[in-house]
Amino acid sequence: MKRPKFDPKQAPGAVADWADQRLAGASPLRKLFNKVFPDHWSFMLGEIALYSFIILLLTGTFLAFFFTPSSAEVVYHGSYVPLRGISMSQAYASALNISFDVRGGLVLRQIHHWSALLFMAAIVVHMLRIFFTGAFRRPREMNWMVGFLLFWLGFLEGFAGYSLPDDALSGTGLRIADAIMLSIPVIGTWVSFAIFGGEFPGGDRIFSLLYIGHVFLIPGIILGLIALHLALLVKQKHTQWPGPGRTEHNVVGHRMFPGFAAKGGGFFMIVFGVLALFGGLIQINPIWLFGPYKAAVVSSASQPDWYVMFLDGSTRLMPPWEIRIHLFNHGYTVPPIFWPTVVLPGVLVTLGLLYPFLEQRFMRDRAHHNLLQRPRDVPTRTGLGAMAVTFFVVLTLSGGNDVIADKFDISLNAMTWAGRIGLLVLPPLAYYLAYRIALGLQQHDREVLAHGVETGIIKRLPNGAFVEVHQPLAAPDEHGHTELPYRGWVVPKKMNRIGAIGPAIKGFFVPVEQPEEPREVEAEEQREEITSGRR
Amino acid sequence: MSETETDRDAPEFDPDDPKLTRFDLVREGARRDGVEIVHYQPRFTRPGSKEEKRVVRFVALCFAIVGLAALAFIVAYVAWPWHYKPGSNLNKFYTPVLGLTLGLALLFIGIAIITWAKKLLPEEVSVERRHDGASPDVERKLTAATAMSMVDELGIQRRPLLKGAVALGLAPVGVAAIMPLGGLIKDHKSDLLTTAWKKGVRLMHDDGTLVRPEDVSAGGQITVFPAIRDGNTNKYADSPTLLIHLRDSDAKRALSNALPINKGAQWNNYLAYSKICTHAGCPASLYEQQTNRLLCPCHQSQFDITNNARPIFGPATRRLPQLPITVDSDGYFVATSDYKVPIGPGFWERP
Repeated sequence: MKRPKFDPKQAPGAVADWADQRLAGASPLRKLFNKVFPDHWSFMLGEIALYSFIILLLTGTFLAFFFTPSSAEVVYHGSYVPLRGISMSQAYASALNISFDVRGGLVLRQIHHWSALLFMAAIVVHMLRIFFTGAFRRPREMNWMVGFLLFWLGFLEGFAGYSLPDDALSGTGLRIADAIMLSIPVIGTWVSFAIFGGEFPGGDRIFSLLYIGHVFLIPGIILGLIALHLALLVKQKHTQWPGPGRTEHNVVGHRMFPGFAAKGGGFFMIVFGVLALFGGLIQINPIWLFGPYKAAVVSSASQPDWYVMFLDGSTRLMPPWEIRIHLFNHGYTVPPIFWPTVVLPGVLVTLGLLYPFLEQRFMRDRAHHNLLQRPRDVPTRTGLGAMAVTFFVVLTLSGGNDVIADKFDISLNAMTWAGRIGLLVLPPLAYYLAYRIALGLQQHDREVLAHGVETGIIKRLPNGAFVEVHQPLAAPDEHGHTELPYRGWVVPKKMNRIGAIGPAIKGFFVPVEQPEEPREVEAEEQREEITSGRR
Repeated sequence: MSETETDRDAPEFDPDDPKLTRFDLVREGARRDGVEIVHYQPRFTRPGSKEEKRVVRFVALCFAIVGLAALAFIVAYVAWPWHYKPGSNLNKFYTPVLGLTLGLALLFIGIAIITWAKKLLPEEVSVERRHDGASPDVERKLTAATAMSMVDELGIQRRPLLKGAVALGLAPVGVAAIMPLGGLIKDHKSDLLTTAWKKGVRLMHDDGTLVRPEDVSAGGQITVFPAIRDGNTNKYADSPTLLIHLRDSDAKRALSNALPINKGAQWNNYLAYSKICTHAGCPASLYEQQTNRLLCPCHQSQFDITNNARPIFGPATRRLPQLPITVDSDGYFVATSDYKVPIGPGFWERP
């Protein structure tokens, strides 16, 4: 048999044939190509978190080439003149070297830090989306728990990360972490001594632990959980908003390739691009200005990264309540810092993990749900969410209350008291307001469905009365009412949403296309047509 | 997998039928995967129309910007004077230039791809069926039987001796597995009770010079360290102390307020408190002269200097321990003992 000549056009087919002979991958591959994803802007929030994590891995690997996690005392001889001759830990010196003596080190360090902030922000916003739309309901309780744990792992990972450079700010954070460990009843001192290898700061032990935790253990667990998070997503398929043709038993949208995947890939590039711009143009964590950590040195306005600030706030607001117990002629102490930094996170983790099951129990809804709910349609949950957000915001603001007091010339003590009172008063108020707003929005939807869209046209009747003309969304009965059911999705409330005005014609100097004939507003066409979420 | 469908319809479908277009094959493939393409049409009704060309030009322009920005990044990375030089400005722009060029390159890749996907790819709406809920009943029963038979095969139920032996044998192994963590455990809790201060240890400045009374003006405060080797380093993170020189009236008040434990700790108008906050261990170092308050900047605990450093606001519950000081015959400050109570944040066994 004559050996055929190599033909590059045949190559992809030949490779595909070669692989399929061995893996029989044709149908699973095509099934992947054809997987349908619904499209809506709010479904991209989790993607931002995923992409930030990939960027964290990339930039973090670079930083690890140059970082030395050691508390060994060295004298700095690097390029940054103001710190020359000062003795500092090797960790801090190597972090300075990354910033000044490694080509492009600073930009990668700053991209890394910004990505960490974005990672946590995207997780939080994504989690709010999931919460307020009820996407965590059966069958997705497991995925909610995985995602919720990811937040706390990201929290730990971030804390370990900003503790590593051993600048004045991170050392102060570690000392507070030590105080938190010490505050745990019975085992506190054991925990602290195990982690620091002795009385604070102990020596190299803490850096070994932080480093292996930050670059291997925690990211490894995060990576595993992200894989599980996505595997569950693929297996259970994406939720979708209600709409024409969308039911509990289907997914309406784009096939994954090429359109959806291209949008995902492009979005990754945009996230990466924005983070690169941030990392280059906006300074973050300028450790050379903070100086090395010294136990006796601190500056005011010592704030942790934003996702840790709520615990800083809770610590500040905690009243000075210490518990003393006398047993067998020995006094025992539960310091006040134990409640806001150990008990509070414990409660938050437990409540958060169990929320889907608590809701199932109290709302008596154990059914399968693939269609999302609009927040207005579940006022209780929306109210609880508003309450949680308010709680978090009050604590976060209190974490920076010294800066607020300084900048706005308010008494510091007044800020603390405002936080203490606000923490108790504002969340219930937020619940009430959110609940009432949700009901109001619901009512307005029903009103539009029954009477039609406000046209803005005022008509004067022969008897002198003025009435506003409504555009009914369907053929009305003799009283001008329509009986349209609410379908759990956006009700048009403006005339141009039902096609009263055609789309704008594109083109700067000359139209690039012939304007379409204005569409007739048909009585039937009250609902949106099936779209992929674009408008 | 939608096997039932494949079985029913597959024999009638001939992928080599010349009458079928490629899209017919796509549609059939999708159908077999449980996906129905309900709407599919090219983005532009007339191929090569003005609007299409406009979008194509835009995408091409984006990629051109990507190329230029990436090239600029490479050139800047290699050629820009990046070494830190005090007083020089050009090197300060190294990081911004890298960020700007890399950011623009990546951003425009993203914009190009998304424009391509949104404006050039065909419009499409597909509907995929979900196969939700539990597995079919038969499957569940078969799997359950398989699982139960594993238990049967092992016979652990019938062999109580094995059950006990396995439990007794493996439990210690489980504990043994976490034993190496024991290497972390350290018990020197008495470390928490003492500091580097003791009778006869002099006070020194951060630069290592010893402290004389005239080093602190009235109403002023300085941070002092035990005058021992490495006394001002983090090795003795429990020892930093604030030396405060009170004005006469305040000093008298402080002296009359002194608790029994702090009697004799003050030397004339000078007194020394631990700088480590009793709340979370930050240095409580913001001293307000007028009110004689000491503020910890971490969580805003405030201490009244003229009254045994009593906490008067914020989350701290305990006084800052006072270091008993005097001046020795050479005129230097010296501690007369260690702190009388443990310094720093509270812990369970604190006496």
